Amino acid sequence: MNIVQGRFSPSRKQKRAAFFFLLPSMVILILFVFWPILNSLWLSFHHWSLLDATHPYVGLDNYRKLVHDGRFWNAADKTLYFTLGSVPLGIVLSLGLALLANEPLRGMGAFKAVYFLPVLTSFAIISIIWSFLLDPDIGLLSYWFKELGLPSNDWLRSTTWAMPAVIMVAIWKNVGFNMVILLAGLQSISPSLYEAARMDGAGPLQRFWRITLPSLRQTLLFVVIISVIGSFQVFDQVYVMTRGGPLNSTETIVYYIYHQGFELLDMGYASAIAWMLFVVVLLITLLQLKLFRFNDID
Amino acid sequence: MKVTPWRSVQYLLLVVAGVAIAFPFAWMLMTSLKPESEIVRFPPTFFPSTWTFASYLDVWNRIPFLLFFKNSVLFSCGVTLISLFFDSMAAYAFARLQFRGRHSLFVLVLIALMIPIQVTMIPLFIMLNDWGWINTYAALIVPRATNAFGIFMLRQFFVGLPRELDEAARMDGCSEFRLYAQIILPLAKPALASLAVFHLMYNWNDLLWPFIITNSQGMRTLPAGLALFMGQHVVEYGILTAGAAIATAPLVIAFVFAQKYFVQGVAFTGLKE
Repeated sequence: MNIVQGRFSPSRKQKRAAFFFLLPSMVILILFVFWPILNSLWLSFHHWSLLDATHPYVGLDNYRKLVHDGRFWNAADKTLYFTLGSVPLGIVLSLGLALLANEPLRGMGAFKAVYFLPVLTSFAIISIIWSFLLDPDIGLLSYWFKELGLPSNDWLRSTTWAMPAVIMVAIWKNVGFNMVILLAGLQSISPSLYEAARMDGAGPLQRFWRITLPSLRQTLLFVVIISVIGSFQVFDQVYVMTRGGPLNSTETIVYYIYHQGFELLDMGYASAIAWMLFVVVLLITLLQLKLFRFNDID
Repeated sequence: MKVTPWRSVQYLLLVVAGVAIAFPFAWMLMTSLKPESEIVRFPPTFFPSTWTFASYLDVWNRIPFLLFFKNSVLFSCGVTLISLFFDSMAAYAFARLQFRGRHSLFVLVLIALMIPIQVTMIPLFIMLNDWGWINTYAALIVPRATNAFGIFMLRQFFVGLPRELDEAARMDGCSEFRLYAQIILPLAKPALASLAVFHLMYNWNDLLWPFIITNSQGMRTLPAGLALFMGQHVVEYGILTAGAAIATAPLVIAFVFAQKYFVQGVAFTGLKE
């Protein structure tokens, strides 16, 4: 009988404990995340403008409008451009920095603090600094470019160069964040693995491919997922640096949602776009979880 | 330490990256210390020829700095403390407890992570407005009292801690709450410190949320107040950069204090597999 209790009562106790441990978070998530998101789904089936007194049900009209909306597809295109431009390069750079930072070098604490500086700074401030640096008239960077005889132009007002400039600033801001997470992953790899590999005569490159990368899988998964989700939702830096311009050349999906919802006050249509984005991000994330063979705890 | 060619290359790379990352901040600081006439001079120079704190005094005199600062501290520290508590509780359940629906609930948390805040913002505003919560600290803090990112991050960390800890403690009749509070949390200090900095940073810097939830001058946070102030002074780069430096300083100070824990960091144990 004791054995039976020993096998079953802990799990019942654990179930009850799990309920109490999860309760506060779940209540908050349901109330302030899931309820509003369902609400916005409801909005997306209505013509819901802040300017109108009535909000008639319109079925799939908002979604039909979206399929034929050239500006929506432009925004989708720009979002993809931003993601492909910033995520792979950003992660490779962060991994490189993390590998360097993992070396026992003197003064590393100061370097790491410097790399983290842009992460701590708000986009409102970053935009001020970079707009000033890239200012074609009084910006230091533009001036140096000219002095070096490099082609210089009004970066943020060029349809060709505005997006690369936004991508560059995004990488500059996030590289320290990803570095810190990857570094933590690197530091949790057991040194004995490397010793064993060295004994077997594995060179630095082999050790990187055979030990570092495989051991870093969970951490890389986290960084990749967070980065991809973040870049599909990019808004702040576009808002403060270019307002989607020039000629919508940096207008991303979330910026377009903001434009429709908060500038044109068409909440119904904005919600429909938001739901499209949400579904796409969800599918991409599930695909990534599959690719990385993400398992639950065991 | 031996100075090998490889070491020198490593240092070179570190310095290049450091300069590239720090340069814009140095430029901001230098600009804030120049008189306005020098800022618009061409060609631009890096260092000021006359050093002055005039821009800082200007900012200080023109905005209620201490009031904004108090609001920022209450908002971002309030969110950080409560969220660390709730996030870690949920993460504990996901990582260390056996119960039915664990996988589906966790997927739900991941889904919450993918929801763009711009999507929920409108219904959320309508709801909080109905509750009469607009312009209160509660409206700023309570909706953020837990965070899918934090749950995900701490769960990844907790999963990696040795399972024998739980078994031994449970065998001794230790309650789940004590196991969580006295064994798991102390081991998770680096992860908690990292998450604290993330929460603090995210909320301190946030503009859109305070803009929507508050509209009285008395409830403005420092970055939001500065952003509004900056909007009225778009061409005065001296004032803009001084304001930027002031708004960034508290986070830099907080980071320096947390750094000891921070960089050893978010140790997700890759050893698990």
